[in-house]
Amino acid sequence: MSLSIDDVKKVARLARLAVSEQEAQAAHAQLTSIFDLIAEMQAVDTAGIEPMSHAQDVIQRLREDKVTEHNQRELFQSIAPQVEAGLYLVPQVIE
Amino acid sequence: MHNSSLQQLSAALRSKKISSVELTQLYLDRIAALNPQLNAYITLNPETSLAQAREADARIATGNAEALTGIPIAQKDIFCAQGWRTTCGSKMLHNFVSPYDAHVISQFNNAGAINLGKTNMDEFAMGSSNETSHYGAVKNPWDTARVPGGSSGGTAAAVAARLCAAATGTDTGGSIRQPAALCGISGLKPTYGVCSRYGMIAFASSLDQAGPMGRCAEDLALLLNTMAGFDERDSTSLQRDKEDYARDLAKPLNGLRIGLPKEFFAEGLSSDVAQAVEAAIAEYKKLGATVVDISLPNTRLSIPVYYVLAPAEASSNLSRFDGVRYGYRAPDYGDLADMYEQTRAQGFGEEVKRRIMIGTYVLSHGYYDAYYLQAQKIRRLIAQDFTEAFKQCDVIMGPTSPSTAFKLGEKGDDPVQMYLSDIYTIAVNLAGLPGMSIPCGFGDNNMPVGLQIIGNYFDEARMLNAAHQYQLATDWHSRAPQA
Repeated sequence: MSLSIDDVKKVARLARLAVSEQEAQAAHAQLTSIFDLIAEMQAVDTAGIEPMSHAQDVIQRLREDKVTEHNQRELFQSIAPQVEAGLYLVPQVIE
Repeated sequence: MHNSSLQQLSAALRSKKISSVELTQLYLDRIAALNPQLNAYITLNPETSLAQAREADARIATGNAEALTGIPIAQKDIFCAQGWRTTCGSKMLHNFVSPYDAHVISQFNNAGAINLGKTNMDEFAMGSSNETSHYGAVKNPWDTARVPGGSSGGTAAAVAARLCAAATGTDTGGSIRQPAALCGISGLKPTYGVCSRYGMIAFASSLDQAGPMGRCAEDLALLLNTMAGFDERDSTSLQRDKEDYARDLAKPLNGLRIGLPKEFFAEGLSSDVAQAVEAAIAEYKKLGATVVDISLPNTRLSIPVYYVLAPAEASSNLSRFDGVRYGYRAPDYGDLADMYEQTRAQGFGEEVKRRIMIGTYVLSHGYYDAYYLQAQKIRRLIAQDFTEAFKQCDVIMGPTSPSTAFKLGEKGDDPVQMYLSDIYTIAVNLAGLPGMSIPCGFGDNNMPVGLQIIGNYFDEARMLNAAHQYQLATDWHSRAPQA
């Protein structure tokens, strides 16, 4: 399969990364060589093989449904780019 | 004093030959003198370190000292430490002062160790040369024209140049073992789940594992005793009984079966590395070990599999960096989407953006089965190779890296060449097995060579035993670069 410049721009948009035309060109060349490397996988017969998502077969632990965290809003918001009255500020989304 | 082992330092502290404040100051002075050339540290807080040292001295005076009380330890800048700037090597976190401690950091704090500073690393641990750091490349202390390896390159350089007593690293595809090899130190990646990932900035969560880096195997055992342990805040932390990783250090190696995978000694391995590794195997035979030829047939596939799975997980993990709650925000933007796009385009470096794009692509509609699912299936084949191999041997040995440290800039423009240098380490992460690297000689240009030791699940004590016995018989681990 071959990756087009439009694919690169679409992926950048999905990943929320602004790219200039020049950056898209450079990324295209490098991603193409990386996907050539990845393409080696396609020749492997994996029929009947169970996908392995994790190194250990462990069961997700459950905990009691009780409050374990206390409110640290001021501490956490002290390192935020922009806050006001306990709220994180972002550009207006709803008119 | 700066060449002493952790046990020697611990004994010197308890017998009041030196105070923790004096020892911490000694390392801070060495850092002030040598770090400008090496760039091994990103952040230092001498006042904070010395305040911890005063507390440690008080604790030692009361007789409540533990093995690491008063010992200055450098922390890879991937571990959140309360009150410390924690950058993960990225502009994205250039102003992030962590409001909390990673589990690994609190384990060291509880043990009374000193946080000496935060070490340089490839941005978000993505790299094998430490050249992707926003804070500049780290230089190899054996030859400052060469890379220290990565991503824990700052840690490896700091240990090798004796700018700390020991340090921490993390390993997603070889990031502890490869820099340990290239800088001539010892490093251990434990079995996946042994050390908590809580507060360790995530790259690829199914592969990331913290581990110790130090001068010798005995030091690693002491460090791992502190770092390991169950933590309910990491959903993949393993609930196991506490173990003493130093318990088998003194055991003789008679009857140890060493598996040598033929794929690790094939084309692509530099002859100087091959020579040093073969000499190390000969030394093991003298120590009573036997050698078995084995095969890990899917080794070559570990690279494509890794470069699908790790970027896929990274693209998800790094979506949290959006310029809203912490870290960098672009100065100029229009609407919300533009703020995200500008912030991420400016805050992330080239390699990180590349991997986010690979990950986004392989997870996108229409490609998931061909890439992500296929990679997960081959991951199982790779893990099964090891299961088969460990039926015939107790540990697997081979080179850590196909060559010694390469020159700065040599592989910078070609990501694929850089990726191929992780050929011997990646499969271990995919399987979730423990792996370590210890120095075993020098190759061309007098650069260090690392011997990799891979163990079965939870076999860290046996690997440390094998490494320690070798280090009793050889002195490669005690060689240090000229300062």
